[in-house]
Amino acid sequence: MVMTLQIHNLTKRFAHTKAPAVENLSFSVKNGEILALVGPSGCGKTTTLRLIAGLERPDGGSIHLNGTLVASGTVFIPPEKRGVGMVFQDHALFPHLTVFDNVAFGLQGRTRAAIQAIVSEMLTLVGLQGLAGRYPHALSGGERQRVALARALAPRPALLLMDEPFSSLDSDLRLEMREQVRTILKTMQATVLFVTHDQEEALFMGDRLAVFRDGHIEQIGQPEEIFHASATRFVAEFMGDSDFLPGLASSEGIETELGRLPQKFRPHTPVEIAVRADDIDFVPDEVGNAVVAARFFRGAFNLYRLRLDSGHVLHSFKEHTYLLPVGARVRAWVSAEHSLAVFEKAD
Amino acid sequence: MRILSILLTVLIVLPILIVGGQWLTPRWEVWQHLWNTRLPEMIRTTALLTVGVGLGTFLLGTSLAWLVSAYRFPGQSVFEWLLIGPLAMPSFILAYVYMALFDFAGPVQKVLRAWFGPQVWFPEIRSLGGAILVLSLVLYPYVYLLARAAFLEQSASTFEAARLSGYTRTQAFFKLVLPLARPSLAAGMTLAMLEALTDFGAVRFFSVSTISEGIVRLWEGALDRSSALALASLLLLAALVVILVERLLRGQSRYFQANSTYRRLEAVPLHGLPAWLAAGFCLLVFAAALGLPLMQLSAWVAQEWNKGTPGTFDAVYVRYLRTTLGLALTAALIAVGMALILAQHARSGRSRFRTLFTRLATLGYAMPGAVIATGVLITLSLAERWLMLPVLLTGSLLGLIYAYVVRFLSLAYSSADASLEKVTPNLVEAARTMGAGTGRILWRIQIPLISSGLLAGVTLVFVDVLKELPATLLLRPFGMDTLAIWAYMAAAESLWSAAALPSLTILVIGLMTVIVLFRTGKLFL
Amino acid sequence: MFISRRILNVLVLLAFLLSSCASPTPQVIKETVVVKETQPVKETVLAVITTTPQPAAAGVVNVYSARHYGAMEGVLQRFTQETGIEVRVSQGSVQTLLQRLEAEGQQTPADVFMSIDAGGLVVAANKGLLQPIESEILLRNIPETLRDPQNRWFGLTQRVRTIVYNPTVVKPEELSTYADLADPKWKNRLCLRPATHIYTVALVASMIAELGEAETQAIVKGWVANEPQYIDSDTRILETIEAGGCDVGITNHYYLARKLSENPNFGVALLWANQAGTGVHRNISGMGVTAAARNRENAIRLIEWLSEQGQAADNTGLPGGNFEYPVNPNAPIHTILQTFGEFKVNPIPLATYGEFQEAAVKLLESAGYK
Repeated sequence: MVMTLQIHNLTKRFAHTKAPAVENLSFSVKNGEILALVGPSGCGKTTTLRLIAGLERPDGGSIHLNGTLVASGTVFIPPEKRGVGMVFQDHALFPHLTVFDNVAFGLQGRTRAAIQAIVSEMLTLVGLQGLAGRYPHALSGGERQRVALARALAPRPALLLMDEPFSSLDSDLRLEMREQVRTILKTMQATVLFVTHDQEEALFMGDRLAVFRDGHIEQIGQPEEIFHASATRFVAEFMGDSDFLPGLASSEGIETELGRLPQKFRPHTPVEIAVRADDIDFVPDEVGNAVVAARFFRGAFNLYRLRLDSGHVLHSFKEHTYLLPVGARVRAWVSAEHSLAVFEKAD
Repeated sequence: MRILSILLTVLIVLPILIVGGQWLTPRWEVWQHLWNTRLPEMIRTTALLTVGVGLGTFLLGTSLAWLVSAYRFPGQSVFEWLLIGPLAMPSFILAYVYMALFDFAGPVQKVLRAWFGPQVWFPEIRSLGGAILVLSLVLYPYVYLLARAAFLEQSASTFEAARLSGYTRTQAFFKLVLPLARPSLAAGMTLAMLEALTDFGAVRFFSVSTISEGIVRLWEGALDRSSALALASLLLLAALVVILVERLLRGQSRYFQANSTYRRLEAVPLHGLPAWLAAGFCLLVFAAALGLPLMQLSAWVAQEWNKGTPGTFDAVYVRYLRTTLGLALTAALIAVGMALILAQHARSGRSRFRTLFTRLATLGYAMPGAVIATGVLITLSLAERWLMLPVLLTGSLLGLIYAYVVRFLSLAYSSADASLEKVTPNLVEAARTMGAGTGRILWRIQIPLISSGLLAGVTLVFVDVLKELPATLLLRPFGMDTLAIWAYMAAAESLWSAAALPSLTILVIGLMTVIVLFRTGKLFL
Repeated sequence: MFISRRILNVLVLLAFLLSSCASPTPQVIKETVVVKETQPVKETVLAVITTTPQPAAAGVVNVYSARHYGAMEGVLQRFTQETGIEVRVSQGSVQTLLQRLEAEGQQTPADVFMSIDAGGLVVAANKGLLQPIESEILLRNIPETLRDPQNRWFGLTQRVRTIVYNPTVVKPEELSTYADLADPKWKNRLCLRPATHIYTVALVASMIAELGEAETQAIVKGWVANEPQYIDSDTRILETIEAGGCDVGITNHYYLARKLSENPNFGVALLWANQAGTGVHRNISGMGVTAAARNRENAIRLIEWLSEQGQAADNTGLPGGNFEYPVNPNAPIHTILQTFGEFKVNPIPLATYGEFQEAAVKLLESAGYK
């Protein structure tokens, strides 16, 4: 199977910073796949995108597009020759061109009829048939977003790069656009590199995820894998709502405040176990090991915050009818039936 | 690029520096002489005029801006743009029209005397008060524009919050809206005061001896160049003081410029008497600053036309027009070209050095035309002497255009900078990822995006050159008489109806430009 | 960003190319040309000034004129019709034109300097900006007192600056001399022209020449003490007097004549000043050929013509077009001027005005005259 994009040992430094923005980065993207690059801001994901687009020159390593070398220490193909589409964070629509002309911008060299056909096909795809004659300033945020997408997709790029495309939208619209855009991308069978700092968005959009940190990839894999089997404490923390339960590994398992977990780890090592609210259960118990510190009503369920006797705080889901007052004494245990991510405790 | 922009800046700053340099080698006997003659009076008059105009423009500009942005009343939407019109009115034109209408021998006082007898009192128009009135009417749009933008940009919610805390609309205005708009008001007043400081025509007609009038008087008198130069350096100092005070007052706060995305304060509809009072006030100011003079000038032009006076819409008129337009266009194109280089340079990195240079290069707008003309003359004659240039530079087209560019560069600069702002790097990058090469990007993206902004810059400089008087008076080459010079010369001889046609021409061109720029959101101060 | 910068460079370069078309070497100047109705060919003349003076274009004379253009247009049109010589006029105040002549030196495009004041001509002559002219015609047409002894400038019209008053309020017996206007009885009743105008300067210069600085200073201070209205227009002074805004003023005679020609009942009268003493203050407007004139012959031709054919009493003549007195004793006097009657003129040589001009400016300044 041909990889659409292959990155090998990619490195980029900027003059004004000491640490490289991207260091020895390697990954690849399959044809028709959406790879979401996720990580906190300033972790190098946008730089990676710009390196692939040809908007920055790498200091080392290589980038292959459809098997062709487009950038290395010695080779550099300019962006206009790469056949890569890009959707910008601020959409970067040309304010002086109509929707039609924006979408048609990348289609030069084709006949008028062909351009007409492609643009109208693209606008139909993104649901903006009627707006071809409008100018960007007369569009809503969601419409602009879709024009930007249509414009980037119109020349049928081998690879589509999307740089935080939803960040300028408000949250309701963002959820709606996410679904629409994913459907459109899948309809087009586009190969996409999608950058975001929002882990939920990444989980939704990506066929696979690459979690970035300080210019390198911490973990790359399926969303479920990243979520359930976080490779590092950073990934577990970043991918969402994990509490960390301290424990000590022994030959029988891991001893914790909530009892022994039947998981293997190097004996005599202090560890931390990532637990989420759905991994913990509890019952009222006068001689239990924790108290209810707070309860958050979330509509369909209740989220309880429990303070263990050691002072550590964990969270637990209960159905929405299950009500306990703050201060109630409870006994908590690990109810997860899958294995939990365990990390050696850092000093 | 870098060397070029440094060179340009030096070129622009040199005339101002040369005048300012007078402070390094003060000539005491000159100052002594000035002090013993009319310097104290000139300083007093200048100070009173500047403060008076500051106050006058503040009152007019702020009240009008608040009326049109916070209330709805008959004609409000028209007044909103009509009220910036006086920006196109050269002060000396309004001054002579007022003189003709309101002085003792004018029709207004004649009618009053006919009605109420010969003892009827009427304020003297040829006075400091008259000059303050005329200049306030001409300059209030600076405050109006910036105040209006500030009022519109203040989010409606802030204002509503104040109302909910128990303030009435009026209290909220004084306690909240006005203080919030302070930086904008200060900026507007500063512009108006600098113009008042540098005014020449109106004060000359009203025999108000300010420092800037004194420079031209002494320079023209051919007797006392050193005194004129000393006065010029004094005026430079005064302008710097005004700017400095504004900077200090403003501190870190910024002032707003209207853009298309503001959320308007909910305007309250007025009914009955208040509505008519509001409309009446707007109409009164508009009539006083623009309506009345336009009518009077048109009447004069018609009179000349009927008499068939030479110069009325004939070949002579066309020639003046062509000279003026050619001069204004040349100066405007050069100014915008230079501004583009400087703005691009300033944008390509922000260092203290660059900021300083930008500031310096755009200082000319605060300098009186007479000071700049003086500086340009000295610069050019130095250049002639040192560089052994055989070309006669002084009193040439080059000198005049040089002075215009120094004087009006900052207008061009704001426009150039604002246009460049629109071409974000993202737009260029987006075009590149879609396969566009340099040429296509230039043609399809960059030129269309900056051209309208640059055009606005060209137009602004163009209109100001049309109106310019003192520098043109001092520097115009043989036969290069502009419409403004024609109007001024005729008006100075009380040939008011003869001055009307060039005045009206300047006014109509300026008015159209200003209003079009304003309505398309391209009026950068 | 590097691309956009390169593109901007191109733009800027374009702007510069555009602008360099309009900047000097060679410098192209459009000049004012007197309209010639009979010769419709050229409307605009381009004069190219380069480092070396160009040979004079045939049939042209360039005038730096302090005299208002409108007032002499008819005359110059007639000159062009009769001689075929085109007249180009650049207008300015006496002071600015003098300054420019001086700055331009040998490069000046002007062939003729026309002043509305003898002082300006004297200053120009003394600075070597004018050249002597040998012309029988001029010597014949212009009396000795009205031209430079060294023939560097020639008076062409005479103007008299005198006292005007409102006859319904002021009796002519109350008036006599300029000095008398310093009397406190005229407090708040005077209209005077500001010191910025050359007419005021010339009058005071002639007073200094006659009375000395101290006495003149006292008189001017007396005027100032009477708190006159300063009105920078002789016409407006007359109109203000008629409207009752002040009772007495000092203006040039022809402004009143002009008013009377429009309205014979105009309610301001004229009194010839200093008739019991040395006589009324007279000035001239006149011309000189510049030292660097490139169209010297045409320039002389113009002045000669103006001293003879141009002396007509209607608007085809220099004095007539402006209600001034001719310099040529043989020329007729305008009918309106005839009603003003005979008068005695102060005989001091016009050349002294130039000598005392600087002193006059300083004196006005220090006396607090606006």
